[in-house]
Amino acid sequence: MGLELTKDDRDMLDGKHGKAARKAMEIITALGEIFGAKKLISVSSVQIAGVSYHNLGEAGLEYLSDMAEDGQTRVLTTLNPAGMDLTEWKKHGISESFAKNQERVVDAFLKMGVIATCTCTPYLVGNLPHYGEHIAWAESSAVCFANSVIGALTNREGGPSALASALTGRTAEYGFHLQENRVAQVRYDVEAKIENTDDFGLLGQVIGARTKKAVPYITGVANATTEQLKSFCASIATYGGVALFHMEGLTPNRTLVPDKTEVVIQDELDAARNELDDTDAEIDFISVGCPHASIKEIAWIAEMLKGKKVAKEKTVWITTAKPTKDIAIRMGYYDTIEKAGAFLVSDACCAVAPLKGRFKGLLTDSAKACFYARGKNSFKTRIRTIEECMKEAIA
Amino acid sequence: MSKFEGRKIYKGRVEGEALVTSEDISFYGGCESSTGIIVEKGHELEGKSVAGKILVFPSGKGSTVGSYVLFALKKAGLAPLAIINEEIDPVVAVGSIISEIPTIDHIDISKIKTGQKLVVDAGSGVVVIVE
Repeated sequence: MGLELTKDDRDMLDGKHGKAARKAMEIITALGEIFGAKKLISVSSVQIAGVSYHNLGEAGLEYLSDMAEDGQTRVLTTLNPAGMDLTEWKKHGISESFAKNQERVVDAFLKMGVIATCTCTPYLVGNLPHYGEHIAWAESSAVCFANSVIGALTNREGGPSALASALTGRTAEYGFHLQENRVAQVRYDVEAKIENTDDFGLLGQVIGARTKKAVPYITGVANATTEQLKSFCASIATYGGVALFHMEGLTPNRTLVPDKTEVVIQDELDAARNELDDTDAEIDFISVGCPHASIKEIAWIAEMLKGKKVAKEKTVWITTAKPTKDIAIRMGYYDTIEKAGAFLVSDACCAVAPLKGRFKGLLTDSAKACFYARGKNSFKTRIRTIEECMKEAIA
Repeated sequence: MSKFEGRKIYKGRVEGEALVTSEDISFYGGCESSTGIIVEKGHELEGKSVAGKILVFPSGKGSTVGSYVLFALKKAGLAPLAIINEEIDPVVAVGSIISEIPTIDHIDISKIKTGQKLVVDAGSGVVVIVE
C-alpha cells in the first residue's frame, strides 16, 4: 500500500475509535489509494451535502443513522440546505410526512455534532476558512468559492466522503490539496458586459461548459461583489464541474498565466440566456437565493417589495440561511417581504425542496437554479436580474 | 478460462453472471433504488435490473447522491453482486465501500460479455471468466 498512515489513522481503521470512524477511514483511505495519494492530511473545516430527504430517501437516512450510532465530528462541520424551512415549513406547503422525515435527517446530523446551518453559503454564517487552509467541503458552489475566492484548498467532496472527513478530521492528499493541480490551464478573456448576478451566472455557464475540468484563468471582469462571485461559482460548478478558477485582480491564488487563450464574447452570453429562457414559460414561481441570499441582497429585495403586493397567482421564495433570516427579522426586512406576500425561506432552496408538480415556470437570477428546476422538477425557466424578478413578482 | 487482474476497490469474493454495458452509469436518477432497474432514457441497459448481477461498466457519472442509491439497493437486496469498472469514479467507489459491494477497476471490460459466468475475487483484484 502506497498510502502512508499515522498511528491515529491506523487506530481508526482498526476500529479502535468505533464503527463509524472505521467506516469513515475506510472511505478516506480507499479514495486516497484510488487517486494515488501518498498520505492523509488534517482538515480544519467540513461542509456536508446530501441533507434534503427528497434526495437522500430512506436508505440515505438509514446510512446516516448507522453512522450516528457512535460517530462524532472531530472538526468544525456545517450542513447544506435541507428540503424545507425547519421552522416555518407548514406555511410553505410542505407536507407533514416530508417534514417528519426531514427532521429525522437533521437529528442524525445533530447527534454526530454537526452544526445544522443548512446553507450552501457556509462562508457567510461562521464556517469561513482562511487562505491556504486545508478543508473538506461538499456542495459544488461552496467548493468553488472556497478554492477560488478564499484560497482555501479542497476537492469536490460528495456527501459520504465529506462526512467521513468530519468524523476523522482527515482527508487524502490529492487533487486540489496539491499546489501543482491548482495552476491555471486555459485563459479566457471576457469581452462582454458582466453587471448583475444573472450575468455572472451566465458567464459561469459559458466558461464552465467550455473549460470542463481545465482550471480557467479569467480576465476582463473589472470588479465583482461577493454576491456576484457566489452566483458565478454556483454556475461554473454546475455546468462544468469546475472546482477552482482564477479571476485576474479578484481572486487571491498565485498562478502562472496560461499561453492558451480563448475569448468569451457577448453573443455567447446572449445564447446562454436564450438557452435558459423557455419562450413558452408560464411564470408562477419566482425564486432568488441560489446560492442563499446574503443580508445585503435581502435588504435590497425588501426595499423593492415595500408597500407592494405579490400577484395572486405567483409564489415568491427568497431563500437564505437561518442566521441571515434572523437578522432580517431584527431589521424588519422579513416583515416587509412577508407583508408583500413573498416568503423569506430559511434552510432550504428551490433546488432541493420537494416542489415537483407544484409549479409550471420558474423565474430566477440563478443559472444553477434553472438547471435543477428543469432536470429535477420539469419546470420551464427564465433568467433575469433580481430587480426584474421582483418587478415580475408584483406585476 | 480467461483471467484479468485489476485493482481492489472493495473486498469480497463472489460468483455470478455478468451484465455488461459500454456506457457510464449514473445511479442517481439513472437507476431506480426501489427496483434496481436502469431507467436512464436511451441507456443500453434501460429496463434491465442490476440486482444480483456482476455489473460491468466503464465508469460512474453524475451526482454524488449516487453513492446513496447503491446503499439503498443493497439495503433492499437489489444491489449488484459485484462491480467491475474500467476506471472507478469517486461516486461509485464511495457507494461500493458504504454498501460493501465487492468492486474492482482497471479491467479491460471489452473482453467480458453479458451472460458469462464470472468469479470476482475483489480482495486480490482478480476476475476469472468461468464459461
